[in-house]
Amino acid sequence: MDPLLLLEQTFNGFQFGIMLFLIAAGLTLVFGIMDMVNLAHGSLVMVGAYLATTFIEWTGSFIGGLALAIPATFAIGVLVEIVALRTLYRRNHLDQVLATFGLILFFNEIVRIVWGPISLYSGLPDYLSGQVEFIPGAPYPVYRLIIIAVGLAVAAGIYLIVAKTRLGMLIRAGASNNEMVGALGINIKSLFTFVFALGAVFAGLAGMMLGPLTSVEPGMGEPWLIQAFVVIIIGGIGSIRGAFIAAILIGMVDTLGRVLLPEFLRVFVAEAAADTAGPALASMLIYILMAAILVVRPQGLFPARNG
Amino acid sequence: MSKRILGLSIALAMAATPVAAEKVKVGFITTLSGGAGIIGKPMKNAFELGLEHIGGRLGGLDTEIIYGDDKRKPDVAKQLANKMVKKDRVDFVAGIIWSNLLLAIHGPVTRSKTFLISSNAGPSAVAGKKCSEDFFNVAFQNDMMPEGMGKYMTSKGIDNVYVMAPNYQAGKDMIKGFKRMFKGKIAGEVYTKLGQKDYQAEISALRAAKPSATYIFLPGGMGINFVKQYAQAGLSKQIPLYSVYSVDALTLPAMKEAAVGTYGVQHWSPDLNNTVNRRFVDGYKKKYGKTPAFYAAQAYDTVMFLDHAIRKAGGVSDRAKLRAAMRAGDFPTVRGTFKFNNNHFPIQNIYLREAVHEGGEYFTRTKGVILSAHGDAYAKDCGMKW
Amino acid sequence: MTKRQIWLSLITLVLFAIVPPLTIIFDQPFYMDMMARIMIFAMAAVSLDLILGYGGMVSFGHAAYMGVGAYAVGILSYYGIDNGFLQFPLAMAASAIIGLAFGAMSLRTTGVYFIMITLAFAQMLYFFAISLEEFGGDDGMSSMRSEFAGLIDLNDSLQFYYLVFICLGVVLYLLHRLVQSRFGMVIRAARSNDKRMQAVGFSTYRYKLAGFTIAATICGLAGALFANLNEFVSPDVMHWTHSGEIMIMVIMGGIGTLIGPVLGASAFLLLEEYLPEWMDMVMKDAGEHWAIIMGPVLIAIVLFGRGGIHALFTSKAKAKGGNHD
Repeated sequence: MDPLLLLEQTFNGFQFGIMLFLIAAGLTLVFGIMDMVNLAHGSLVMVGAYLATTFIEWTGSFIGGLALAIPATFAIGVLVEIVALRTLYRRNHLDQVLATFGLILFFNEIVRIVWGPISLYSGLPDYLSGQVEFIPGAPYPVYRLIIIAVGLAVAAGIYLIVAKTRLGMLIRAGASNNEMVGALGINIKSLFTFVFALGAVFAGLAGMMLGPLTSVEPGMGEPWLIQAFVVIIIGGIGSIRGAFIAAILIGMVDTLGRVLLPEFLRVFVAEAAADTAGPALASMLIYILMAAILVVRPQGLFPARNG
Repeated sequence: MSKRILGLSIALAMAATPVAAEKVKVGFITTLSGGAGIIGKPMKNAFELGLEHIGGRLGGLDTEIIYGDDKRKPDVAKQLANKMVKKDRVDFVAGIIWSNLLLAIHGPVTRSKTFLISSNAGPSAVAGKKCSEDFFNVAFQNDMMPEGMGKYMTSKGIDNVYVMAPNYQAGKDMIKGFKRMFKGKIAGEVYTKLGQKDYQAEISALRAAKPSATYIFLPGGMGINFVKQYAQAGLSKQIPLYSVYSVDALTLPAMKEAAVGTYGVQHWSPDLNNTVNRRFVDGYKKKYGKTPAFYAAQAYDTVMFLDHAIRKAGGVSDRAKLRAAMRAGDFPTVRGTFKFNNNHFPIQNIYLREAVHEGGEYFTRTKGVILSAHGDAYAKDCGMKW
Repeated sequence: MTKRQIWLSLITLVLFAIVPPLTIIFDQPFYMDMMARIMIFAMAAVSLDLILGYGGMVSFGHAAYMGVGAYAVGILSYYGIDNGFLQFPLAMAASAIIGLAFGAMSLRTTGVYFIMITLAFAQMLYFFAISLEEFGGDDGMSSMRSEFAGLIDLNDSLQFYYLVFICLGVVLYLLHRLVQSRFGMVIRAARSNDKRMQAVGFSTYRYKLAGFTIAATICGLAGALFANLNEFVSPDVMHWTHSGEIMIMVIMGGIGTLIGPVLGASAFLLLEEYLPEWMDMVMKDAGEHWAIIMGPVLIAIVLFGRGGIHALFTSKAKAKGGNHD
């Protein structure tokens, strides 16, 4: 393969990885700190996308729309946590999986009823629709570069919050031993609500950024959800650093796998067979990777929690 | 004198009580819930509109329609069909959007001596060797559209095409059908993951291959994603985009400007100028507020087809007569003209359509006929002759 | 088992046994097929409960084994081998082998990692099946009913129903013996406290793996029957949402019991069938939005349904502690 194309594809893999990180960040935060498996995380991505699309239409401004959608998503996160999820912290993972599975059904249907079942149009303002040619011969969409920037900012932001602020300290303490923290006079319930809502904001933000690139429709979150879980499992639950590294890794493997496997297989088998076996193998690739890593390191690459 | 009155009364009573009126029952199965409900619901709407237009009585008989929601699952469709055939004892099972669901119920329904009418799905598997005298497709055979596209692009002298479709049966059929009629060079043939959202990597590879045109089959959300990303990568203006089943009344509103200027093929278009179609499109817009897509048009045609055939055969009790009436295929159709091939699939025109932005609206406009009275490639493998 | 539990199991089985004669009397043969479908899923749910309820292993990829069994039958049928005596054992063997392989790798992990890795393996099989162009890929392929020459004709709904019924009965009986045996005690104890069992000298990994393989085998049998019911196989049956549904059936019915999943499968599938109809009666076309009721119902069951339907009937021994881990 042409080396410049290879370079471009590697960069594509990196960008895809950042997108995955954006979605996985909120998930690992909630999971790592509150020990809760939230399958409805994908639904929060969807809700963010829908809210942003609607607000952008109302305000006529891309930035304005996002500025409104972020607090709205936060509010929804708070609502969901208080109404539906609070009782789940104490439950085992199975109960959490099933309850949040029920939430997925509910959210998808609500969205369908409120906004209708047809995909919404979400577009970009002109100033974000251009391309930039930093690899010669390959104009790259400006918007994707912005997503990378946002992703990196979120990564830095989470790291700063958790490692350097008092809030972060409270969160980490609460995760280790919430009774003790409660006994010290901190309102653990509110803390967890806040963290969940924060996770919802990150999910929603990912949805908002993805909206213009993809289709805004009911159920749009689920494909991302599974991949996000693969990311945090490989990275190690509760580890932001792990999620970041795993996301980039998966982004690269998936992208490069998709474009290189068919070519690679053509060396061994007939072209027609390679062209269909290639994509099939490529879609299994990240699962094979996850299984392989777990067999060697059952707790993921950078486990932050013990057990 | 009393005898006469008695006789007269009896005669009057007999005239007033209709003889046990013949009834016709139809089971209509589509996907009404879940993501694909956006396809099934309009079909149900159009079916109901069609019934309204013929006065609610198929062929003039008392009519009962039983609607089923297959939830896009083959085993639910099987169960529904089973129920309609065994419990409700329907004369026709109609509808079915998805090829895999049709394949699941085709055998059992036809074996039960109930007519099966497909209002959309047209897999090659039931067009060739496995054709059945009890199965009719009033929509299209899956390969027809890609064949039309292949013929058109060849006739335009486009010689270097990059083709893409998702890696499942329908995707492979769309590319196979295209290659059957396209005589130029294939610059690249890529199968993507089903449900894939992000196509940046494929777009990069596409650009590097420098094709003169791109041909895609990416239905639903996949198409929306790809077309938008294609435009954002700046390729819309450089490499013309041709598609089948990807840019239509359902997806165009979500693509808007990104899709303008792309070409597609279809066997029907809302702007086809014949009385039946105008009545359908105007009626649909008035009742449901939207322009119908081809799925709905096919559902409407299903009503017209059944109505005409039952009327022609004089009822549903004589199945051979009914079958002959159905085979005649001369029902009032939104497509203008229609005929059946020996495998009970349509012979119809394939039109070129362009996505345009006019009068504040985004829609597809018919540009002309690519293939006229086109039959599918599998009819010769079907053993039926009539 | 308590007396109540025994009565519940017997009554359930008797009810299933008399379905065919009832449907014949009322001339509604369709319901035989519907109940047969319920029994097939009940079998899958029971097999999941073995490892989930008794063994504490939350396998999110269980539907995959149903797919393996179904495809085994379908592929053999494709090559002209319709002999049920060959198909069924091969289907079960295939599920056993794959279950053994996946289980061996998955059981090296615990907790949510286990859940995810079982999901991952199921996804792999799903995408693999889609890519099998020869066998229909995403469209799937039709298959003929298995032939058990001279014994029974599966094209007859009545005979098919009783075949499924007998299979389910045998499975329930065998599992009943299994969980009461030493094997059953070990995996139940391992669910409570794995380290302690290891300290006492049991190789819990081996016991769990055996349980996992047995569950996969039974699920494969359910798959083979499923292929016969539908006369069709497709990758759809392996989709992860089906695994979720089977789990819901187990929870709804009563986790950690044997007749529970049978009740749960019945409740779930009947609800799925009739909820849209009921909703339509309240408001026209409301039935399309069945998910908006189903979702909260599921959540409520999880949050409040201690012990499931089983506990409802046998509630003296309420909240058996089957939900802690």
